[in-house]
Amino acid sequence: MMETIGIWLAAFLTLSMFSFLYKDNPFYKFAEHLFIGASLGYGIPYTFFNVFIPYAYNPLFLKHEYILIIPFLIGIGYWFRFSNNLSWLSRYPIAFGLGIVGMGVPMSIHAQILVQMRTMMLPLTNINLILIFIGTVSILLYFFFSKAHKGVYGKFTSIGIWFMMIGFGASFGYTVMARLSLLIGRLQFLLSDWLGLIN
Amino acid sequence: MKRTIPLLIVIILGMMFVMHTFVPHKVSQDFYDWFQKWIKVITSFAIVLGVGSLLMVHYSKIKRKAPAWGYSWVTIAALVGTSAVGFIWGIDEGTPYMWIFENVNAPLGATMFSLLAFYMASAAYKAFRARSMEATLLLIAAIIVMLGRVSIGNAITHWIPDITQWILNVPNLAAKRAIKLGVGLGMTATSLKIILGIERTYLGGGK
Repeated sequence: MMETIGIWLAAFLTLSMFSFLYKDNPFYKFAEHLFIGASLGYGIPYTFFNVFIPYAYNPLFLKHEYILIIPFLIGIGYWFRFSNNLSWLSRYPIAFGLGIVGMGVPMSIHAQILVQMRTMMLPLTNINLILIFIGTVSILLYFFFSKAHKGVYGKFTSIGIWFMMIGFGASFGYTVMARLSLLIGRLQFLLSDWLGLIN
Repeated sequence: MKRTIPLLIVIILGMMFVMHTFVPHKVSQDFYDWFQKWIKVITSFAIVLGVGSLLMVHYSKIKRKAPAWGYSWVTIAALVGTSAVGFIWGIDEGTPYMWIFENVNAPLGATMFSLLAFYMASAAYKAFRARSMEATLLLIAAIIVMLGRVSIGNAITHWIPDITQWILNVPNLAAKRAIKLGVGLGMTATSLKIILGIERTYLGGGK
């Protein structure tokens, strides 16, 4: 019974969403607003049971780790964000959260710069590795604005644009296919689970 | 008290985390474990910001009777209803909370993103008209990758999946690698600006 109601509800909401393809209408607006509310409504108990209870409530109230009162109070500082006079208290939990950027410095240097440079500088043993090397260097030089993009240098940097355009095209094609697979999934649901027209 | 101490917290914690990465000492590891424990407690309160912000926006719309204000009740009812169901019956498999997720959240999310397929197609028509060498390259790469990911591509010619793979492995990799390098430099610079107290926008306005 609940399964049938669920399928009909999901089909109604799917069609309400698709109705936007015709034009903006009350069904779409209803589905859109429902989606926003239900998504955040889903997140609240999820965070409560998976984060607050195991990491805040249980250690403090069941295991009596009273030192955790300090982060507890700092966390409550978030709630003052909406207060005109006490909104500065919300800077404390934000500051604690931002402290972690310290790890970002060595980690981004390692993962995003050094590792990328090392793999780029592999022995150029075949044409593909040479092309990857040329592509990466030409793109990097394209974003180097301290030298005018003229002459041979300008020609070389324009190769970088070609590489970028191929990369963007590939990313675009990949994204379109991902969205299409979602669309196929929804159509399969409507035709199979809801209407039973296909197996 | 209002700005200086939060700024000092970021600077001190930031410096300590830089050191933690380079000094694999027990004290350093203990500090990291302590921070992980504390930050989980602190961030568990952050969802209040999202809920408060959404409720304020929709309460204000209802109060002002702004255009389409009636739908704000739908958002508030869905927010309160879904979270109440989760708190009353729990969030395990087979609960009404999961029923809502499977029959409301999941289909709405998937349909919302599948709508983008149509809008991307119309945007592509406008953007992909081959008016220049660059636009042509983008167009060709996109078409080949799209064809190469479905069986019709292989049916046209077995070359298309091979070319798709080559595009993804060579020019696409070169572009991604250069972008990653740029992102890495940007992340490092921004992180340093935050740690050194140059970047302070996270403190917000006011005194």
